[in-house]
Amino acid sequence: MSTLLRCDNLCFTYGKGTPFEKDAVKNVSLDIRKGEVIGVIGHTGSGKSTLMQMLNGLIKPTSGAVYLEDADINADKSKLRDVRFRVGLVFQYPENQLFEETVRKDISFGPRNMGLPEDAIKERVKRAAEFAGLKSELLDRSPFDLSGGEKRRAAIAGVIAMDPEILILDEPTAGLDPMGRDVLLSQIEAYHNARNNTVLLVSHSMEDIASIADRVLVMNKGECVMFDTTQSVFSRSAELEAMGLRVPQITKITTELRKRGVPLSEGILTVEQAFDEIRAILKKEGRI
Amino acid sequence: MIRDITLGQYFPGNGILHRLDPRVKVLMLISVIVLIFCTFNFFALSVVVALVAASVIMSKVPLKLYLKSMKAIIIVILITSLLNLFYGTGEAIAQWWIFKITQAGIRNAVFVAVRIISLVMVSSVLTFTTSPTDLTDALERLMKPLGIFKVKTHEIAMMMTIALRFVPTLLEETDKIMSAQKARGADMESGNLIKRIKALVPILIPLFVSAFRRAYDLAMAMECRCYQGGKGRTRMKQLRMHGRDFAAVAVVAAVLAGVILCNIFL
Repeated sequence: MSTLLRCDNLCFTYGKGTPFEKDAVKNVSLDIRKGEVIGVIGHTGSGKSTLMQMLNGLIKPTSGAVYLEDADINADKSKLRDVRFRVGLVFQYPENQLFEETVRKDISFGPRNMGLPEDAIKERVKRAAEFAGLKSELLDRSPFDLSGGEKRRAAIAGVIAMDPEILILDEPTAGLDPMGRDVLLSQIEAYHNARNNTVLLVSHSMEDIASIADRVLVMNKGECVMFDTTQSVFSRSAELEAMGLRVPQITKITTELRKRGVPLSEGILTVEQAFDEIRAILKKEGRI
Repeated sequence: MIRDITLGQYFPGNGILHRLDPRVKVLMLISVIVLIFCTFNFFALSVVVALVAASVIMSKVPLKLYLKSMKAIIIVILITSLLNLFYGTGEAIAQWWIFKITQAGIRNAVFVAVRIISLVMVSSVLTFTTSPTDLTDALERLMKPLGIFKVKTHEIAMMMTIALRFVPTLLEETDKIMSAQKARGADMESGNLIKRIKALVPILIPLFVSAFRRAYDLAMAMECRCYQGGKGRTRMKQLRMHGRDFAAVAVVAAVLAGVILCNIFL
């Protein structure tokens, strides 16, 4: 897999030169490859959101640079818009950005800004709505008449419609009910599988991250403290807990079981995986 | 970033002017403004200027901040002074085409400039040394006599407090919505005027929606805590006059008397 987005010693300081100066991101360097899903975790205020906004040029780094396919995105201000079409960012609570008369018009805002022809826009809106799990009869309703979950889907569809190579989602499941979370997450996964694009998912739910991410980026106090495969990050539970984070509950349980001599494999991340292994063990022992 | 705009100029501190009763400060400001426009000769004017300068020094706020607030109105001062310069009556000192400069013109120009500068300075002293909440408290108390005309002073003060409270919140919200729309390729920096106004729609609509939602939530939260308006409400922080407040009143009264005397006898 080739490198798509590269961060080189990124720093960002809020309120530079005022008494309220605060380092939000310190010396972050990382490579994001084509087609991978990256989970981003970190305590509130650890600099995750600031980092995400630097990746598509909404925030200009105080020092350091972001390279999209080896081109510095902040080098040419007039090309920033094109960068934003390629690196789509879904903000926290994205339903607060809906503004059009109909859901269809709102989803087409992005593609229209790209200057696509009308029939291409139509096609993209339809496809984006499908990916986001938005029923087609909702497209002609006002976005303000939708339920909370539907609004969230409509807003996400608005970014997906730009068909970005990198899709960044900042806590997309925050405030949704458990059912809505699961459905939205599997939709994101399905979208990723269908388009084979790169996805960055910021979340406070370790379970969400564990079920979807190939690699996990851990932010703490503005620094990137871990960036490794999901299994190896979640095997360092003591360090994570020291940062106010934790590992998925099922990982914790299976690690404890392993310590007590149950022959489970290391780094189990999902309930399904644990279920299969435990069943296999029980079968082998002839207990079921 | 939009967040960097400072609104309300309160500069936290612990000088004597910071500790004065805000009601006294508001009343003092009003009387000094009246004074500024009641000075008819240079002696009276210099007394007022001395008072303003003293209050600027006593505020212990960096002079740089005062100059910054001056910068915004420098054009106004220049234009009004120039107009006054050329509209004096009497014998011309210098003349060119339809413009003539007279002694009265010069005098008026200087007077106007000094008056405007003093006005801005002394108003800045109040806003630099008084927090917005103290200011609304003072206004509420001072407007209380209007209650006999059925003016709902408490409600007006509450509205002002809430408005001030939500300015930073709404600014932050605007910032967020702007970023979100920019992420979808909204272009707010180029194009002609009409295009730019149109580009504001995707920002203003979500902003209004969220402002109304916040208003409903706030109203609900206030009702949950049994808020029913001003009737029978007591304050946690009672405004009380201290010795320094009476002293301040005395100083301003003395200056007022001085100015009147200057106007009459000099």
